[in-house]
Amino acid sequence: MKGLSRDDIARRAAADLWDGAVVNLGIGLPTLVANFVPAGREIVYHSENGVLGVGPTPAEGKGDPDLINASKALITLMPGASIFHHTDSFLMIRGGHIDLALLGGMQVSFEGDLANWSTGDEKMPPAVGGAMDLAAGARGVHVLMEHTTKDGSPKIVERCTYPITAKKVVKRIYTNLAVIDVTPSGLVARELAPGVDFPDLQSKTGAKLDLANDWRPISV
Amino acid sequence: MIDKIVKSMADAFAGVKDGSVVLVSGFGNAGIPVELIDGLIEQGARDLTVVSNNAGSGRTDLARLLGTGRVRKLVCSYPRTSGSVVFEEMYSAGKLELELVPQGTLSERMRAAAAGIGGFYTPTAAGTKLAEGKETREIDGREYVLEKPLKGDLALVKAERADRWGNLTYRLAARNFGPTMAAAADIAVVQAREIVELGAIEPELVVTPGIFVDRVVHVPNPKQAGAP
Repeated sequence: MKGLSRDDIARRAAADLWDGAVVNLGIGLPTLVANFVPAGREIVYHSENGVLGVGPTPAEGKGDPDLINASKALITLMPGASIFHHTDSFLMIRGGHIDLALLGGMQVSFEGDLANWSTGDEKMPPAVGGAMDLAAGARGVHVLMEHTTKDGSPKIVERCTYPITAKKVVKRIYTNLAVIDVTPSGLVARELAPGVDFPDLQSKTGAKLDLANDWRPISV
Repeated sequence: MIDKIVKSMADAFAGVKDGSVVLVSGFGNAGIPVELIDGLIEQGARDLTVVSNNAGSGRTDLARLLGTGRVRKLVCSYPRTSGSVVFEEMYSAGKLELELVPQGTLSERMRAAAAGIGGFYTPTAAGTKLAEGKETREIDGREYVLEKPLKGDLALVKAERADRWGNLTYRLAARNFGPTMAAAADIAVVQAREIVELGAIEPELVVTPGIFVDRVVHVPNPKQAGAP
């Protein structure tokens, strides 16, 4: 039961972006979302280092080293883009001016706690970047991640065992197996990947799931 | 006559004391003031606290400064990046103290220092390891963490253009922490690729007003951090 490819997880998340949305894409899987926005929708991508209106990756050899994104990868600017300093950029993030942060996740709890910055391994020097600002400050936080770890352990859990990034912030989770909403009454599976049935999904999830009455297969 | 243009790196760093808190602009390799960092190393101040978003990569610029052993403490949001070998060596050898700060809190703490604010409450990091030991307060049903201002004795900033009053513009996303750091330090030292006549920068396009800038060094062909 492998479910969706990484590209298809990103494609499914992209389908939810609305015309005019201001979106911050976290490093890793979320960066793929920019490749799959349905035609006809204008999305403004924000990069924490001071850019609104991030465009596609430049052609090989065409980038400018002073024009990068949060992952330090070369970017281009869309017509209408703006550049501003860090304090303004994080004012946008922390003051609820970003509609949606699409973030990677190591663990998400049934209440929407997010862990995505540290494994808690004391031997590794820590790094946090903008993860906590985005998780606490964006108007909406959705997570894209594989449903389980490489060894099959659930990443959706009762309680995060990794150090958390923010409490009760995640509203929707896109995985290779399902689209799951975090609601006041618990986790609700809205969509299942082709070939995935609900008992399978529950067995790979570390917290209780409900299946929405109007659930449907993920269409990508 | 106001003239903040200094003739040499030695002039730029004159009087910098051991134990200084040094704010260093840049995000990844964009906006790192490579020549100023080399100038500070040359000047020789020790026992420094360096505030910067990353900890350098390879063995040049910020990594070179860390490698001199003259940095006691690093205040940083994302020190561990690909190529951050010197940071990892110094940290694992116990030769470098690290204060890890969420990126927006880092920036806002400097802004608070620049604005004369004694502290602020933010929901960022509430309930996490990075809020341990900090005062918290519930405001309108949400938990906030008290963060204190972060002031620099010295800021090193990379700009694109400057005039003799210290008015600055920046290049693309190399702007990042520059404006906030210039305002948050007692002595803001700027390297500019181009020095222009007073009035040549359109007043409404000045990004950092000269009031925040103390010393400007002309560096016409700046190295890009991380470049081979």
